[in-house]
Amino acid sequence: MASAHSVDAILEDCRALVEDPGFPAVHRWLEANPGGKVLGHFQVYFPEEIPHAAGMLPVKILGAGSAVQIRKADARIAAFVCSIIRSSLELALTGRLDFLSVFVTPPICDAARNACGVWVRNLPQLNCQMLYLPQNVTSPHALPYLRDEYRRIAGVVEEAAGRPITEDALRRSVALFNENRRLLRELHRVKRETPWLLSAVEAYTLVRAGGVMPREEHNVLLREVLDLLPQRPGKRQDKIRVVFEGGYCEQPPADLLAVIQDACYIVDDDLLIGLRWLTEDVPAGGEPFANLAAAYLDGSTYSPVQHDPRKPKSEMLLRRIREAKAEAAIVAAPKMCEPGLEEQVNHIRALEGAGIPHLVMEFEEKMTVFEQMRMEVETFAESLLLDFA
Amino acid sequence: MSKDAGPGGPTMAETTTRIGFIRNEGRRLMDRWWQEMTAADAAGRPTAYVFVMGSLDEILRVFDLPINCPEITSLQTAVRGRSLEYLQTAEGYGYSPDICGYVKADVGLQLKDRRHPNGTVPKPALAIATNMCNTYIKWAEIWEQMYHCPVFVLDLPAWRGGDAAPRLDSDAFRNDRRYVEGQLRDLIGLCERLTGRRFDIDRLREAMAEVNRMAAAYHAVLALNRHRPAPFSAIREGIVFQGISNLYRGAPEGSRFFEGAAEELRERIHLGMGTLNEKYRLLLTGTTCYAALKRFAELFEEWGGVFVHSTYMVFAGGGFASDFAYDVSRPIESLAETLLLSAWRGFSTPMFYAQDWLAETVRDWSVDGICFHGVKSCRTTSTGLPDVREWLRTHFDIPGLFIQSDLVDPRMWSDAQLKNRIDAFIESLAGRRATGSNEAANAAR
Repeated sequence: MASAHSVDAILEDCRALVEDPGFPAVHRWLEANPGGKVLGHFQVYFPEEIPHAAGMLPVKILGAGSAVQIRKADARIAAFVCSIIRSSLELALTGRLDFLSVFVTPPICDAARNACGVWVRNLPQLNCQMLYLPQNVTSPHALPYLRDEYRRIAGVVEEAAGRPITEDALRRSVALFNENRRLLRELHRVKRETPWLLSAVEAYTLVRAGGVMPREEHNVLLREVLDLLPQRPGKRQDKIRVVFEGGYCEQPPADLLAVIQDACYIVDDDLLIGLRWLTEDVPAGGEPFANLAAAYLDGSTYSPVQHDPRKPKSEMLLRRIREAKAEAAIVAAPKMCEPGLEEQVNHIRALEGAGIPHLVMEFEEKMTVFEQMRMEVETFAESLLLDFA
Repeated sequence: MSKDAGPGGPTMAETTTRIGFIRNEGRRLMDRWWQEMTAADAAGRPTAYVFVMGSLDEILRVFDLPINCPEITSLQTAVRGRSLEYLQTAEGYGYSPDICGYVKADVGLQLKDRRHPNGTVPKPALAIATNMCNTYIKWAEIWEQMYHCPVFVLDLPAWRGGDAAPRLDSDAFRNDRRYVEGQLRDLIGLCERLTGRRFDIDRLREAMAEVNRMAAAYHAVLALNRHRPAPFSAIREGIVFQGISNLYRGAPEGSRFFEGAAEELRERIHLGMGTLNEKYRLLLTGTTCYAALKRFAELFEEWGGVFVHSTYMVFAGGGFASDFAYDVSRPIESLAETLLLSAWRGFSTPMFYAQDWLAETVRDWSVDGICFHGVKSCRTTSTGLPDVREWLRTHFDIPGLFIQSDLVDPRMWSDAQLKNRIDAFIESLAGRRATGSNEAANAAR
């Protein structure tokens, strides 16, 4: 993507990129890298450094929103399963993911684990794998296990890429992705501290673009945006500061976020949390597979699909709200999402206990009508403005 | 009881009959387990909450920790016709209609002071959840919140997509095995701290030997249903087998139950006693609807359809893969390895990659058709069922019926709609039989 020299122009490019179910940036990369291989990975977290070190392009597969009509996948997946599982499969069954050599899904939920079997049966030309990320994260045995599980996936990647992954190459990839995560953290800081300069939808669009384009280009793009943002005109408004929780896997439509931000500042969220799952830099020295494993286990954030007794999820949400200096929360969950809907109950109890106002909602990536939600959000925000006045 | 088995056969009066053993002994053991639960609650005795896929009862028995299986108690609320009140209590607390019915029935039970139609369940002193169903982990987190009890999550990595069979000599399998063994040693340490008792490896060996004995008898029971007519229904007696295999895993009573059950089934076969006037042999994929258990069976039985096997009897019946056997000379290592193999062959592939197991079972149990029961609130058993059905139809010409209701929620049962679909399916099986399609397909397999 060429430098556009204005935040709005960059945003326009990114919007076009993330809304196009044809993965234009991937095709551009393949044209520029004849014979290049692409690895797709499902939500939430995947160590993209591993395929990158083998010269592959890692691409996040996270559904199709309302951009694709689901036809073929509905005949393969039961009706009471979330939309992201079916729309991701639809992308594959309609040839839009024919560029993939490897597809990896962590079994984050019961639907995702089943989906792997569906992909294996229907896409025999594609190497479909599950990466088993530990749930018993405090066991002393989790680290050596995960290090060797990463090595196993590296073996799959090496075979697809046709070249070995050297430790030096992996360290260089770690450095590149460390930089990407640092820039994403900085972007979120700007949104948190000055949401009138960068809205939640804009930040989300910029982050999401990183999942479908080479990370080297994404880093350039983020640096440019971060340089330009302080000069961007923007005026602070009297809006409630809220945290949006519930976007760790299936993504809410950008239009839904826009409805919320019309009435509130979304100052923090868990949207695409996998891209910033690691909260600190992965060490450059030492054994890189072990470093990546340690970072996953000990230097990471939280989500409903990882059990970690050190990070009670509702307490982590309260912390996120405190750190963002938010006054309220929007606790959302995708329709038919077992972990999200279960976590919602804990979150509501914790928010009630802490006396934090909150609005509960369900969404679906493919929803297109938002008037009812607009009314709920506006009523919620207005009631809080009156309370705080 | 005296029934003539036919010309030349023995009469039941001439032998010591085992007929009625499954029903009577199953009921006795289930009643006894409930009495133990209620007594444990009254005495404040530490109890472990576990799940059927990876209960680790072998280890818990060493520490005399009684087990509560909430999947079973939830299921029983439905069989007793009482699930709705528990579901609504959980929904009133905030749980969505779209989440697992077992979870909600249990949350309702916990919120109703743990009072169940069959007794009272004690509070958990420990919860153990494997990753075989991700909802197990979320469920255990609910108890963690309610009771502040330790939750031990046992990772059983197992199937990773692609290869249907594990490669025991691979680095990947060795890594998984080391991890599971390490976690088992962690759990033993946790149980020692929790109970104040030292781990006794000989008691572990005893429990594992009993599980071996149970697994052998369980397989004998399943194999007896290859007979025509089938001596038991995988739905009706199957629910008893699942309950006892989980609640009495590692206990001599459990092994004796399945040995006695096999004897009764042999006697039924000898006497020519099928479950009904069998016309169609069926295989159930997923679970039945426990809120309409009898009706579910009747809708098929009125056509002479009998369920001779089910995936549920494998993944929820102890995960006993065909070559299941612990090596008690190296107990912890063998427990780790066999748990992993169970996770692969007993839990994962019958649910997530079921086509090969289903095709083999259709062949070996002479099945005419498969009923794929999509459970609205269970993504674990149901997500890919339409795809597996289509795969078996196109690759092996195996007829399949896809219907939907729920595990325990009677609101999801639509009798007229289900009857229409089941009637049409059975008529199609009749049509296939008339044209000889079934025989041709079986011969080609």
